[in-house]
Amino acid sequence: MLSSPTVRTSLIFLAIALVGLLFADIAITASNPWRDLGNFFLGVITPNFFSSEGLMTALLRTVAFAFVGVALGSVCGFLLALVYKSLPVRIFSAFVRAIHELFWALIFLQFFGFHPLTGVLAIAIPYAGIFAKVYSEILEEADPEPGRVLPPGTGNITAFLYTRIPDCWVKMRTYTSYRLECGLRSSAILGFVGLPTLGFYLEASFSQGLYSDAGAMLILFYVLIATMPFWVRPKLLPVYVLGAPFFLGEGLPIVWGNVERFFTEDIVPAPLRNGEGLTGLMPWLNDLMINEAMPGIWNTIVLTQIALVATGILSLLAFPLISNHFGGPLRRNAGHVALVIARSTPEYILAYILLQLWGPSMLPAVVALALHNGGIIGHLIGRQTNSIKLRADAATGFNRYSWELVPRVYRSFLAFLFYRWEIIMRETAILGILGIYTLGFYVDSAIQNIRFDRAMVLILVTALLNIGVDTLGRYIRRKLALQTMPTC
Amino acid sequence: MALNLIRKLMVSSLFCFTAAAATAETFVFTAIPDEDETKLVERFRGVADYLSEQLNVDVRYIPVKSYAAAVSAFRNNQVQLAWFGGLSGVQARRLVPGSEAIAQGVEDEAFETYFIANTNTGIESADELSELKDQLQGKTFTFGSKGSTSGRLMPEFYVRDTFGENPEDFFSRVGFSGNHTRTLRLVEAGTYDVGALNFQVWEKELSDGNIDTDAVQVIWRTPAYPDYQWTIRGDVDDRFGEGFKQRVTEALLNLDDPELLESFPRSGFIPASNDDYEPIRKTAEEIGILD
Repeated sequence: MLSSPTVRTSLIFLAIALVGLLFADIAITASNPWRDLGNFFLGVITPNFFSSEGLMTALLRTVAFAFVGVALGSVCGFLLALVYKSLPVRIFSAFVRAIHELFWALIFLQFFGFHPLTGVLAIAIPYAGIFAKVYSEILEEADPEPGRVLPPGTGNITAFLYTRIPDCWVKMRTYTSYRLECGLRSSAILGFVGLPTLGFYLEASFSQGLYSDAGAMLILFYVLIATMPFWVRPKLLPVYVLGAPFFLGEGLPIVWGNVERFFTEDIVPAPLRNGEGLTGLMPWLNDLMINEAMPGIWNTIVLTQIALVATGILSLLAFPLISNHFGGPLRRNAGHVALVIARSTPEYILAYILLQLWGPSMLPAVVALALHNGGIIGHLIGRQTNSIKLRADAATGFNRYSWELVPRVYRSFLAFLFYRWEIIMRETAILGILGIYTLGFYVDSAIQNIRFDRAMVLILVTALLNIGVDTLGRYIRRKLALQTMPTC
Repeated sequence: MALNLIRKLMVSSLFCFTAAAATAETFVFTAIPDEDETKLVERFRGVADYLSEQLNVDVRYIPVKSYAAAVSAFRNNQVQLAWFGGLSGVQARRLVPGSEAIAQGVEDEAFETYFIANTNTGIESADELSELKDQLQGKTFTFGSKGSTSGRLMPEFYVRDTFGENPEDFFSRVGFSGNHTRTLRLVEAGTYDVGALNFQVWEKELSDGNIDTDAVQVIWRTPAYPDYQWTIRGDVDDRFGEGFKQRVTEALLNLDDPELLESFPRSGFIPASNDDYEPIRKTAEEIGILD
């Protein structure tokens, strides 16, 4: 078994996570965490839907920002996908998607302020980078045959529209609608930094311990996502996309002078701004690297590795919940609901909830990342097992799980896990805003101290770290010959 | 003659129109999110109504999620007036030349931070912070917001000054609760052993009967320093008419609605100036929050 490269890779990652645990700050610091958790669940089962007059507006805005952001992102992403062969375009796309929506929002807040454009661009920009990559992969996989049989002299655009698009259309549509669900999650959490979406009210009621209000908001959000197949209809889409911009709210007007100031003054490193030149820049950069970037990188990596392995373990434990090979329909339906809730809750909100209940440490973050990502991967491989036909006399129970199913899905499980590696790291960094000492903590501190020059360098460091992990993940997947469709 | 009348009418209606356009401009203000949001929204909607009545312009309050967001909105001219803390006010006025501190609460001349501890720690209150060194060392500690004066700047200054160490080195765990109410709740619940908060929030919650005094108590009070103030942008007169700044200042100083004042809680507002906050600027520079 040890000779199998997939098993060896898994064990190496497990070992790294175990060593990481020695350095990680794992603790429950709340004196009565279970009572608080109990109160929270009590709140969820006694939801108060009439807490805030703004709740319905917030829900509407959440949907509107998601539609406008994802629509804009997919159009730009599609255009980028057409020229994805060019290296600068690849690098550009990798760079913009390596920066989390919340970081983009924090940047735009500094010069657009509370204008709807802040929220729209915060979603559209990273999504364009992701769409560019995925669309280009889909276009590349298109069957080249129809193009070859065209008569000579057919224009490029005509050929593209008539041979490639029809072949890719279904895949692109599926992926885009799937991305819309991600967009709803992104849109909701933008409220945590002050945009008028669901997270705004969720944060307010949660931090005041109004669990019934918070419970109502979470339930509304789940309903919104679970009912997507009913209200997101192809025929209605143009209506939504054209109508959504009118529901973003007015916000406050943009003052264009702020934009110029941000780029020509705010983000220029302080020593250069003060005319100290390069001699002043080195100590400044040194101080930033040693005191903030390094500890941030270290904590981000430690937390990512632990969360990655926890995600893996949880997905392997969770997939039988929805697999046809175990239990009856009742249990499976319950399993479905559990996994839908786990994957519909944005990690950021889960981590926020658990941090409030258990006190600050890496533990809430690990649990939140594992629950959300484990829910997604568990769902995907659970569905995959349903297409496996077992012999009538196949083993049952635990033997069926460990000898029949896990070996069959293990490769695609690893593929999904390594695909999500970069996503987990991006989230890990952002969770720092909640008070865990990852890179996001230092970015947030710099912004709180109105030092955007420092914040930009740290965001750049975060982006490079993500690109690095993305590359490494792709290398491992290629080495192990693992293939997967993207997930968000 | 008729033509003349029409012309007069047109001119006067034009005046009416421009006057309407001028008053249609909304005067927007914000406040640092230092307490529970529900309380803030209630309080500042009251202030908005009051100012709107006094100034004859539309006044709107915008809630924000962080101290920095309040400073940025002020700097970006999306709000023209703000209720800042000592530190956020200093930051904002540095970034917006011409802006002025115009009024502070009566209590803000001599503001204090309370260090509070969960009673399970057994820490007794003391007159000097240095007496608590052994008892505080290695405990868990929470500030309020990263940008708070009473919740972060002053407590951090006194911890460094008294114990000669960074808070992260002196305590076993240092957190930022987000606001003063949360600091109180977290120390009361025992999530953190010790915390530092705005003394007015403590006193108000205490008199409202919202504190379990068997679970949490004050262990040390800082010396007095200047804190919260109303700061206004220098260009409001250009935008809202000559003397607007003066009118806002007078409206704030004359605010005597007991319910509104109680919600701050302040006993009244008194004049303030930028120079009043020099000590805050120096302290912030000393601990490296300001460049």
